[in-house]
Amino acid sequence: MAEKRIVMGNCGVIDPQDIETYLARGGFKALNKARDKMKPKAIVEEVRRSGLTGRGGAGFPCGLKWELAMNARAGRKYLICNADEGEVGTFKDKYLLSHDPFGLIEGMGIAGRAIGAQQAFIYLRAEYHFLYDALCGAIEQAKGKGFLKDMDIRVFEGAGSYICGEESALMNSIEGMRGESRYKPPYPPTSGLWGMPTIINNVETLMNVPHIINKGADWFSAMGTKRSKGTKVFSVSGDVARPGVYELEMGSSLKELVIDLAGAQDIKAVQIGGSTGNIIPARMIDTPLSHETCLGSGAVVVFNTQRDIVDIVHNNMHFLSEESCGKCTPCREGTEVMLEILGRLTRGEGASGDISKLEDLARAMALASLCGLGQAAAVPVLDSLKYFSQEYVDRIEQSMYLRSYIGSQLS
Amino acid sequence: MSAAGKGTSSTTGNRAELLPALKQELGKNGNLSKTVLTSLAGKTGLPLNEIYGVSTFYAYLPVLPAGKNVIRVCGCLPCDMKDARGVIGSIKKELGIEPGQTTGDAKFSLEQVGCIGACDQAPAMMINDRLFGNLTPARIAEILKSY
Repeated sequence: MAEKRIVMGNCGVIDPQDIETYLARGGFKALNKARDKMKPKAIVEEVRRSGLTGRGGAGFPCGLKWELAMNARAGRKYLICNADEGEVGTFKDKYLLSHDPFGLIEGMGIAGRAIGAQQAFIYLRAEYHFLYDALCGAIEQAKGKGFLKDMDIRVFEGAGSYICGEESALMNSIEGMRGESRYKPPYPPTSGLWGMPTIINNVETLMNVPHIINKGADWFSAMGTKRSKGTKVFSVSGDVARPGVYELEMGSSLKELVIDLAGAQDIKAVQIGGSTGNIIPARMIDTPLSHETCLGSGAVVVFNTQRDIVDIVHNNMHFLSEESCGKCTPCREGTEVMLEILGRLTRGEGASGDISKLEDLARAMALASLCGLGQAAAVPVLDSLKYFSQEYVDRIEQSMYLRSYIGSQLS
Repeated sequence: MSAAGKGTSSTTGNRAELLPALKQELGKNGNLSKTVLTSLAGKTGLPLNEIYGVSTFYAYLPVLPAGKNVIRVCGCLPCDMKDARGVIGSIKKELGIEPGQTTGDAKFSLEQVGCIGACDQAPAMMINDRLFGNLTPARIAEILKSY
């Protein structure tokens, strides 16, 4: 199966700095339809029926989120577009924002009308500062054409923090605080930014919305699998001939993506969903990509047979321990201890109880961490232990051999 | 301030403008020294320790003196796999500094950072706001010379 470009349909076709080119492609038709012919309830119902799920990693049903916010009674409501794409191996939102900012603005306009938000934010990660002027320019052009009469959109820049991609940390960041996760409940649709009902959607999620309004929920839900409708935009990197951004129908196989499209030739394993994503061995290359199996943010990193799994997991854990916000103990300490154990393994200083220690820690972190970072931090560790346990055993045996050898030389 | 408007200050007080204000001060002063943070505390009415706590949380709000040009090399998996270590080694050799340090003439700071979203161009680095991808250790000298 080839690529199916829906979200990416305008990328490389329109001029991202000229709204006329977007309008010429039928742009803002959906927003006009939503504004003139649909009540908020009808918009939410259409999105709910489409089966659209969050594209940032968690895969929460979008319509359900919107419904909660729509029904919440409050003086102010907020819409936030999460453009804090910090997940390792993910660069699809950067691609979408660079090539089709109007598609996002239109999606936000529709979402804002659905929930009744007067103020919206695009939370843009600091690393994407180079997109700031272009985004503001696109907003100004949309305003000039009268498309944003009911809602103001402000681009809010992050300041360098992975955890701010987590929605409650992101809200704290906009509120001028440290980007630490909040206790939940309450969830943002009932009590979010400044305690007001708030919807937070990923860039790609919002860019699906105009298509759903234009072509209908039935058209959208005809694509994909039972619980994963529509398409997904993937970021592919690592040991492939053609790294880049690809859009496929949900449920397409991993093989199509990494071999047929990205041109991988020598595969040992693939990590899907970034630093906290699943690690899948090459023999499972036919795995379909969907929420039912593994998907996350759509980050796909390919490892060839020369790569060492323990090194890979160690690098992941280094990142997670650096980026843990430090608020809850299981994540703050758990990632550090895992990093210490994995570090010893990579240096040939492993000990016999290391594997069971990693497994114990993984359980505690998954159970007791405050947010997704700590809850999922051990996923690659557990997957690598499941599929590549021999590599851990070898590392430990080598370590023990080295120590006994050195010991015998000394005595 | 963003061309796309404010519209939030009435409900939220000064705190909502803290991050943008810190960025503005950073742009003016190059780093967020105690003097800068103290004056910001005066302006916003927030305690100094709060403002210090916020700035030290974020990687892009340095409270220590930084170089005129900040080099951020991605050390995450996709870049690490494509020899980010060789790139860092080459920068270390050219500038004589380790990650976390600033050159004597305050021209460059070097940092190893998390994913910068350029995995398809790995290994990658940013110098200030500019992205350099598909790096090789051999290209470093030429890039640094242009600054």
